[in-house]
Amino acid sequence: MSSALTSTVLYDTPGPRARARYRAFGVLSLLGIAALLWYAYDSLAGAGQFAAAMWDPFQYTAIQQRILDGLQSTLTAFGLAAVLSLALGSLLAAGQLSDHRPVRAVAKAIVQFFRAMPLLIMIFAFYHSVFATSPLWALVTGLTLYNGAVQAEIIRSGVNAVPRGQGEAAYALGMRKTQVLFTILVPQAVRSMLPTIIGQLVVTLKDTSLGFLITYTELLYAGKLIASNTSTPNGYPYIPVTIVIGVIYIGMCLALTALAKWLEARGRRGANRRTTAAA
Amino acid sequence: MRTRRTIAAAMSVLALTAVAACGKSGSPSDNAAGGSAAPKPPTYQVKTDVKLTGSKTFDNAKKRGHLVIGAKSDQPFLGFEDLSAGSGASARSGFDIEIARMVAADLGFGPDQIEWKTIASANRENALSGDGDHQIDFYVGTYTINEKRKAQVSFAGPYLVAGQDLLVAKDNTTITGPESVKDKSVCSVTGSTSIDNITPYGAKITKYETYSQCVDKLMTGEVDAVTTDDAILKGYAAKNPDKLKVVGKPFTKEPYGVGLAKDDSVLRNAINDALKAHEDNGDWKKAYDATLGLSGAPASAVPALERY
Amino acid sequence: MGILFEDGNFALFRAGFLQTVELSALSALLALLLGTLLAAFRVSPVPALRVFGTVWVNVFRNTPLTLLFFAVAFGLPRLDVHFSSFVFAVIALGSYTASFVCEVLRSGINTVPLGQAEAARSLGMNFGQTLGLIVLPQAARSVLGPMSSVFIALPRNSAVAGAFSVSELFSVQGTLTERGYNILSIFFWLAAAYLLVSAVVAVIFRLLETRLAVAR
Repeated sequence: MSSALTSTVLYDTPGPRARARYRAFGVLSLLGIAALLWYAYDSLAGAGQFAAAMWDPFQYTAIQQRILDGLQSTLTAFGLAAVLSLALGSLLAAGQLSDHRPVRAVAKAIVQFFRAMPLLIMIFAFYHSVFATSPLWALVTGLTLYNGAVQAEIIRSGVNAVPRGQGEAAYALGMRKTQVLFTILVPQAVRSMLPTIIGQLVVTLKDTSLGFLITYTELLYAGKLIASNTSTPNGYPYIPVTIVIGVIYIGMCLALTALAKWLEARGRRGANRRTTAAA
Repeated sequence: MRTRRTIAAAMSVLALTAVAACGKSGSPSDNAAGGSAAPKPPTYQVKTDVKLTGSKTFDNAKKRGHLVIGAKSDQPFLGFEDLSAGSGASARSGFDIEIARMVAADLGFGPDQIEWKTIASANRENALSGDGDHQIDFYVGTYTINEKRKAQVSFAGPYLVAGQDLLVAKDNTTITGPESVKDKSVCSVTGSTSIDNITPYGAKITKYETYSQCVDKLMTGEVDAVTTDDAILKGYAAKNPDKLKVVGKPFTKEPYGVGLAKDDSVLRNAINDALKAHEDNGDWKKAYDATLGLSGAPASAVPALERY
Repeated sequence: MGILFEDGNFALFRAGFLQTVELSALSALLALLLGTLLAAFRVSPVPALRVFGTVWVNVFRNTPLTLLFFAVAFGLPRLDVHFSSFVFAVIALGSYTASFVCEVLRSGINTVPLGQAEAARSLGMNFGQTLGLIVLPQAARSVLGPMSSVFIALPRNSAVAGAFSVSELFSVQGTLTERGYNILSIFFWLAAAYLLVSAVVAVIFRLLETRLAVAR
């Protein structure tokens, strides 16, 4: 990992005294964190959050099925939004890089507008205007427009970072503008910006959870319904549900990040490895 | 990096096995209130050969072979969905659900010819809008009839008149009605008229998305009271009778109606007829005793229909 | 479109707008402080702190914001931490954004030429001095672009707080809808307000960028 490299640059290799100091400091902070965690666990247990009744719903097949259905809906919305936002992103990026001033202006305006609009409002607005009967498409459209605008910015900065010689060489070979852009510049840009692109896809995945607002029954919606329909003497199981649903989301996002790392490693393996520019 | 991937893989495998391995069916303790002696809701005679000419909604439902009814799913004894009982029709229970079932029966649809859709309050008008192609055919879920809504949707009914009330902790003696909530923190649901009604009394307002979130806050003592229609509050009180009680001084009138697409007067009349028939033959009372009645509230008088 | 100027709606709208601005500003401050601290943890010589920073970032960055709000609003009171819903919202939003700030700063630290840190160390500076005086200021400057995206996203994200008892801009929509106004004209004004906030943030970063730009 690159951070390991920087870390060693930021401080001297510790000698025996420094090592002892770090160790003492590490033990202290570990103790502090452990104490905090214990306090959290103890208070939650005291508030009955680990009582059997709180976790009981998760034992039922019907509820497990509910969670799986929710997961499937989440993944459906994510899959559609991911593909469409990448397509829209490349299109808008191409528009922003166009030689024609009006095209550039329009693309830029679209990007700025959708980047600044709260997704909640967009999804709501689509649901209440165009997609009254289809919450899925209201959600996907909102996600696509917002994330497409962000992906456009990412791809554009990636294209700008491709060494100039690449484009010039392609023109010298007699390629046309579109050819240069889509066969030479964009592939290299996508490769160099892959971590950022996938990072944005993680955001897309998380944002599908806004679907609950418009009756799209995704994972978070299922979780909330489970929590609100289980009455126990200690209140409603919001904490257990948050823990379970949170673990699922974190798992999915980490898997996506791992995929990005793997792709990146694969991409780096071949030729044309660009070292990080020395700023 | 490799270790992280392994961890991720292990985690997902673990999660999957956890989901696949153990599993109970049936429901946990749904008979908490009432026990086995509790009255059962009546079964309704499903009419055959129902003809409604001029109702697009009805035609569409006939064509598709089932009704799509919008409801609430998180209000005990009114519109509730028992998640552990699966997603079938039997998982739904409550007075609103019974009203929907009796109306459906008179329209020629049996209980297994109903597809339920949970629609939150903010989306009700939208779910009923659109030109003959709505998300739902009609909506039964604590839907208060008022003039502003009548501009967007039509109402059959009312089938019940509720009133705004307060839910407090069992041992609370200081809150006795809306006059005593000054500077107390009172919770209700975002964007509900309940908030507008309680604000003039000087309460500090807390707003969440669902009533169960409010009730949770009441149980942890972060708010002093939850306010909304008494019909809703009684259900929550009945779920936790040792800790919660309803003050019992309603200070508004909330006539609940069946929401349907605007200007579908044919369907509106048909639903009104259905309500009238079931009120007259005693089904209404039986349904009430088997649902809201379980929360300890005596059946109020059947409200007169407002045909228009 | 005239709904903004009818019976008292403007006061409601203005209150919501100010609440959104206040919430975003305080969360931004928290995110900046916490994010810098986390970035320092992640490159620190103490392994325990590095692990802590990594776990924090992975948990907070990969959880939907709504879920975090649930954890804060329904979890903290059970740990005997009692604040107003506004403070809870600042905590949730701030610690969520902090994980993004941390990652942006860390990537910035990687772009600072190695010679800088080496020179600092050869002058006898310790880790805190090297990071605080030499590396972070340069890193922050080089990541203004990505940082602006994080802080433009923040006011948008603050809309989630509306569901957790903060009367911010987005929750005004619920009240107005309930009063029976056409939802699309409400959205028009909401969109305009959010665009204004993001535009201001974007301009601030643009100014910072020109002021702090250094030829390298």
